[in-house]
Amino acid sequence: MGALVANADLLWQGFAATLMISVVAGILAFVWGVVLAGFRVSPIGPLRTFGTAYINVVRNTPLTLVFLFLGGSTSALVGIVVPVSRDTYFGVTINNGIVFAIVALSLYTATFVCEVVRSGINSVGVGQAEAARSMGLTFGQTLTQVVLPQAFRSVVPPLINVFVAHIKNTSVAAGFAATELVAVANRLSNANPGDVFVIFMGIGVAYLVITVPLSIAAEQLEKKVAVAR
Amino acid sequence: MSAPQQVLFDVPGPKAILRDKIYTLVFSVVMVGLLALVVYTAYSRGIFDDRWQVLWDPQKGNQTAADVWHSLLVRGLLEGTLKAVAIAVPIVAVTATILVIARVASNGLMRALAYIFTHVFRGIPVLLTMYFGVIALGLSPLVSVVLGLAVYNTAVVAEILRAGIAALPSGQREAGLSLGLRPLSVLLRIQLPQAVRIMLPALVSQVVVLLKDTSLGFIIAYYELLTVTKNDFNYFGEATTVPFVLVAAIIYITVNMAVSRFAHWLEGRLSGARSSAGVGDAPVVPPGGVAGTGLGVTAH
Repeated sequence: MGALVANADLLWQGFAATLMISVVAGILAFVWGVVLAGFRVSPIGPLRTFGTAYINVVRNTPLTLVFLFLGGSTSALVGIVVPVSRDTYFGVTINNGIVFAIVALSLYTATFVCEVVRSGINSVGVGQAEAARSMGLTFGQTLTQVVLPQAFRSVVPPLINVFVAHIKNTSVAAGFAATELVAVANRLSNANPGDVFVIFMGIGVAYLVITVPLSIAAEQLEKKVAVAR
Repeated sequence: MSAPQQVLFDVPGPKAILRDKIYTLVFSVVMVGLLALVVYTAYSRGIFDDRWQVLWDPQKGNQTAADVWHSLLVRGLLEGTLKAVAIAVPIVAVTATILVIARVASNGLMRALAYIFTHVFRGIPVLLTMYFGVIALGLSPLVSVVLGLAVYNTAVVAEILRAGIAALPSGQREAGLSLGLRPLSVLLRIQLPQAVRIMLPALVSQVVVLLKDTSLGFIIAYYELLTVTKNDFNYFGEATTVPFVLVAAIIYITVNMAVSRFAHWLEGRLSGARSSAGVGDAPVVPPGGVAGTGLGVTAH
């Protein structure tokens, strides 16, 4: 216990980093995922092809490899160097590791968001889209005004589960120079070999504090939506 | 995929056909243009030089192409990644079954423990469990990787199976009980086999998740495909990063897509088996009962 209390600031820094990566990458992944879902149901062939190809490639690639690719290949391929500000927000210094984690997780989680949203689009009654079309709405209007608002309702529980997985996936950043919770666990246990069990338990609890309420909320919502249908 | 497409937009008339053609043209041009831009920047950064030669005629040391591919496919994929999968999957099949039994047990304490186990291990990262194995328990990297994969996937697979059991008609369980089977036998011999079949797509995509998660072993120094990839591009030099990372990606994508295809094929086969059993067999056979039981045995 002593190790955790004595290093409370490091612990907090790791927690904040995990939260920051989760939230920023989560928002970006959500936006990109919805756009990809739009691509996949759009009337325009090239967009559909792009959406399908992107999903198949990224979803079947391990996240660790996405990190490795961003770290080693993007600068070699297209010369894009990710800007690193080194500013500090909420006690988290924005270094390479944090930026890579945000980019990698946004690209990766978007594929899962896309698939969930797409299945939500499929679950909206056919009559809704037909009615919208017969009123003369275009594809864009049908999708954004009629279908998506209804799709999001049934999509919320599986979407929460996607984000729970996403939050846990931020731990991969520990292997790539980001000081988040797992990296903190690693560092603390190397410094305090006697307290290893307590340290890991503390870090585990830090994750559970975020993930368990979310997955219970998903369970409850799922019941609610299921009854309403 | 085809159904919502027909629903979300009208069968195009002459105007819409023209408009769609224009959009298709515009977006094709944009995408080809972007691709060309990427290729051109890559080209101007010298990406198409002799660095790719490492894949068929490596110039460093006394390494041959056979050595390079042996390291990737045999030592990385087969003896690293797939070995961990092959050890973890049977373990998960057994432990998940036990967890489901506990989850629907009549004993309240067992149910509570199973509930806590499920939520705790679904809620912490696999990587944390792996690090716990290496640092706290002093296990070897392979055992730690298997531990992390097994603990997490047990919780997830048990939930999938539980959902499958919940989706079965309650008559299945009642019929089993009225035959005089004990609740455990009903679960193992009637409910689980059918649940496995209903949930097969979810179970197979979980195998893909497990396969991808073996790459976390890279971080805890388990010798698998990504570790090999990194060793290779460290040995052959910075410039070979792109070729090796791309090859690793292609290997992963191929294996995962093969697993998904297999699932698709199996699903089609099983739904065929179900309907033929219903048509061909005497009505005393419960729908899907015989085939389902058979599958349950092989899948576990």
